[in-house]
Amino acid sequence: MVDTLQLILPGFLLPYLDRFMQFGQELFGGAWQDILTVVWTVIKVMLIIAPLLLGVAYTTFAERKVIGWMQVRIGPNRVGPWGLIQPLADGLKLLLKEVTIPSGADKFVFLIAPVFAFTPAVLAWAVIPFSDFLVLANVNASLLFIMAVTSISVYGIILAGWSSNSKYAFLGSMRSAAQMISYEVAMGLSLVVVLMISNSLNVVDIVQAQGQGRFADMGLNFLSWNWLPLLPMFVVYLVSIFAECGRAPFDLPEGESEIVGYHVEYAGMSFAVFQLAEYSAMILGTALISLLFLGGWSSPFGFLPDSAFWLFFKMFALLVVFFWARATFPRYRYDQVMRLGWKVFIPVCLVWLLIVGCWMMSPWNIWK
Amino acid sequence: MTLADMQFVVPDLRLASAEIVVLAMACLVLIVDVFVQDKKRTLTFALIQVSLLGAAVATLLTSSGQILYTFNNMYVGDLMGDLLKLCVYVTVSVVLFYSRGYVNDRPQLARGEFYVLTLFATLGMMVMISANHFLTVYIGIELLSLSLYAMVALNRDSVTSTEAAMKYFVLGALASGLLLYGMSMIYGATGTLEITAVAEQAFNGQINRTILAFGLVFLVSGVAFKLGVVPFHMWIPDVYQGAPTAVTLFIASAPKLAAFAIMVRMLVNGLLIASADWQIMFLILSVLSMALGNFAAISQSNIKRMLAYSAISHMGFMLLGMVTGVVGGDARFALNAYSSSMFYVITYVLTSAGAFGMLTLLARTGFESEEIKDLAGLNKRNPWYAALLMMMMFSMAGIPFFVGFFAKFSVLQAVVAAGYLWLAIAAVFFSLVGAFYYLRVVKVMYFDQPVEEARVVAPLGVKVLISANGLLVALLGVFPNGLMWLCAYTLSQSL
Amino acid sequence: MEFKTFVFYFISAVLVFASLRVVTLKNPVHAALHLILAFFSASGVWILLQAEFLAIALVLVYVGAVMVLFLFVVMLLDINVDRLREGFWKYLPLASIVSLLMVAEMALVLGGTYSGLLESDIPQQDSQYSNSKALGRLLFTEYVYPFELASVILLVGVVAAVALTLRGKTKSKSVSPSEQVFVKAKDRVRVLKIPAEARE
Repeated sequence: MVDTLQLILPGFLLPYLDRFMQFGQELFGGAWQDILTVVWTVIKVMLIIAPLLLGVAYTTFAERKVIGWMQVRIGPNRVGPWGLIQPLADGLKLLLKEVTIPSGADKFVFLIAPVFAFTPAVLAWAVIPFSDFLVLANVNASLLFIMAVTSISVYGIILAGWSSNSKYAFLGSMRSAAQMISYEVAMGLSLVVVLMISNSLNVVDIVQAQGQGRFADMGLNFLSWNWLPLLPMFVVYLVSIFAECGRAPFDLPEGESEIVGYHVEYAGMSFAVFQLAEYSAMILGTALISLLFLGGWSSPFGFLPDSAFWLFFKMFALLVVFFWARATFPRYRYDQVMRLGWKVFIPVCLVWLLIVGCWMMSPWNIWK
Repeated sequence: MTLADMQFVVPDLRLASAEIVVLAMACLVLIVDVFVQDKKRTLTFALIQVSLLGAAVATLLTSSGQILYTFNNMYVGDLMGDLLKLCVYVTVSVVLFYSRGYVNDRPQLARGEFYVLTLFATLGMMVMISANHFLTVYIGIELLSLSLYAMVALNRDSVTSTEAAMKYFVLGALASGLLLYGMSMIYGATGTLEITAVAEQAFNGQINRTILAFGLVFLVSGVAFKLGVVPFHMWIPDVYQGAPTAVTLFIASAPKLAAFAIMVRMLVNGLLIASADWQIMFLILSVLSMALGNFAAISQSNIKRMLAYSAISHMGFMLLGMVTGVVGGDARFALNAYSSSMFYVITYVLTSAGAFGMLTLLARTGFESEEIKDLAGLNKRNPWYAALLMMMMFSMAGIPFFVGFFAKFSVLQAVVAAGYLWLAIAAVFFSLVGAFYYLRVVKVMYFDQPVEEARVVAPLGVKVLISANGLLVALLGVFPNGLMWLCAYTLSQSL
Repeated sequence: MEFKTFVFYFISAVLVFASLRVVTLKNPVHAALHLILAFFSASGVWILLQAEFLAIALVLVYVGAVMVLFLFVVMLLDINVDRLREGFWKYLPLASIVSLLMVAEMALVLGGTYSGLLESDIPQQDSQYSNSKALGRLLFTEYVYPFELASVILLVGVVAAVALTLRGKTKSKSVSPSEQVFVKAKDRVRVLKIPAEARE
């Protein structure tokens, strides 16, 4: 921490920094270093979460704008210039609304369920790298960590449905939970293939492995990324992320007219947290797709420098794809959702797993 | 880390080729069966028989007379294992032939899963038989038990079947827990789970005897559950009675061989050093089983339940051979004693398969031949079947010149040679008690008036098979020496 | 106190608390939730021991999948909560004897000469050491036989589950989209020639 501060602080502040350090040393003794570590980590966490929440707010805005344009409308344009303050106004409105709690509901669980849905999507950012070095925690099994953490978000749904003390919410939660679990299987299997060819569980390594190969040597980086040799897995993963986040065309809970979701009983801020969870999960999903299949922060052409910009660029492009899908596709029926997950994606993954396994053992292995 | 710097020796897969054949065929049958339209599943049945045959051929081809290890010493191939495996194949094959008619009459059972689960259970038994690692023992047991639980419950609309499956499952899980706990204790005491290494450690290492004894208690309880001896017998009567007769036939036969095998592997191969401890445990279990099994069987009116109690008493009798292996640190009689046990278990499986096979044949659509009175007047309906069933009953009772007599005789010989005269007398006494209820079945068949006159029908092949089974029970009683020698020889080559 | 030690005691305290609540809570759903918390804390302890693969697998498998199904079952059961707890105090003496026995046995084993657990340190590895790789190597070389057999057990589980629950095709009234697409007009509509009648 001190090193970084010495680098970024202007010169006249440096003596104060030294005095501050001395003061802390005297006050806390040996524990000072630990305290510094904790404080510094908290600061870094804040540096990730604050932009993320802002990003979530403006993703909702971007979605409304983009879908508006696709449907030849203008979208929100009243609050602020071009409607830019709209998300803040929405947030304020939701904050001021009453949080209703159904009678007979399990109060504590009812209120904590949205948090369960929201937390994992934020927690996973702890191991998401933004460049070769820029990562909060570069752990060995970071991909496993992401999978484990995101698998927790299903509890938000189950608990919301159960604690609402309403059969409709409960049925909706059963459906959504079953959907998430089913697509988690396909997602995991498609990731297995990625792990196989990258020979690592570390996301940084996976990104770096994509920057090698014949095409990368020719300067055509974007052809050596995982999406091309693993095209079926890319498609499976992309669609599974749609289903995991509950985005259109898999947004069964949103289909008010024919089927009711797990959050029917929620209102005001507690409902808003579910929406926050959906959007932050979506942003996380785009980040994962970019990192695992689209080369992360590496630039599409050899002559352009690699940087975090490319990661954000890819994420934004994918977000637009998410919006696009919502504006285009009709909603799937529930049995179709389950059928796609179990009877199409899982067999495709298993077959491709076998093919890639054979490919890696053959002389034409391109991932040595 | 690349492939190059791993120190990895590719295991000798040939040794385990029988297991590989069975597993591959099981997966194949699983797929083929999806496309079978035939209600009788003839193709599935044929494929299962082919895979058993293939496994037998593989076992014979890989049998070398030496003790060979593979898969990092987790798998052992020796003559005892080969003999037991061959017995398992034959038993399973015969059992399937017996149960085919029964299964086809009942749409709940007549599904590919029945056959596939049988094959998976067979694989579990094979794994148990050639296990040289506590982990493989455990996994083999689980594979076998899981298949059996499902098979018992396969008739899912029957309350008794479901209840039996539930009891079997809960108690089985408990027994697995006990077994695992014992294994962890053994690991704590010796620092290894490999059975031969455990034996080595036990002989020359300084091991913690307290922990070893603790572990041994749990191991013995686990094995006792699988064999079904008192006080771990509770599941046997309910499962035998509740399961569809075809499944009872399966449970009552081949798995006993596997249970015997793991007993020899874990206790004789691995923990012979603690034989004084486990022999005394087995002694108690054995006497209790013979007493409870024989007395409880008397009051049964359901023949499946009666045979279940008889199975308990037979397993208790078989354990007598295990009790007398080492006397006062002297293992002179060990081979004799263990081979008499092995002979006992093989012949018991033969007899039990025949008896339950007969019950399966007598059952028809909508009618289970389960009560003893259902057998009334069988002699008038079909004298040959009555004669066959009589042979099975005589053999189980231990009446001279049937194989059961020689099995009991050889075990008793070992018991007397080890100096436990009182034990031999007790065993004879309990056998006499047992003879009562076996003979009652014979009396019902020959002297009671038939309740119904329906003819007993069976395909010719099955008739031939069950006749052969019955004749074998009689013939082995007259000429037991061949099988006796085989047991002794394979054991001597394997211990 | 080192920071790591503090974290250990914190997580362990949560673990013990959660485990206690699992057995003492009246509501089975709350008990299950505390069990999840217990699993999570246990995985935290494992992370402190640098067993990150096991820790994450614990969360992924138990928290992410097993407990979800468990919760499903608990929520769907119509449990009478009051009756469920009736025997609690009655069984407490027996249960405490059993658990004390288990503690004693654990102490015996852990204190044994061969476990040596209390004396040994956790082997320190450099930060690039990946125990997922080490585990994978062991599983697919030394333990390949039980590993593959374990997969067979799972397969049997699947077969058994299907055999016990699948009751053939349900008689639903759904239509097959592919059949719908291929319908021709003449399959559905019959044009009949009816002779015209003269007006009276």
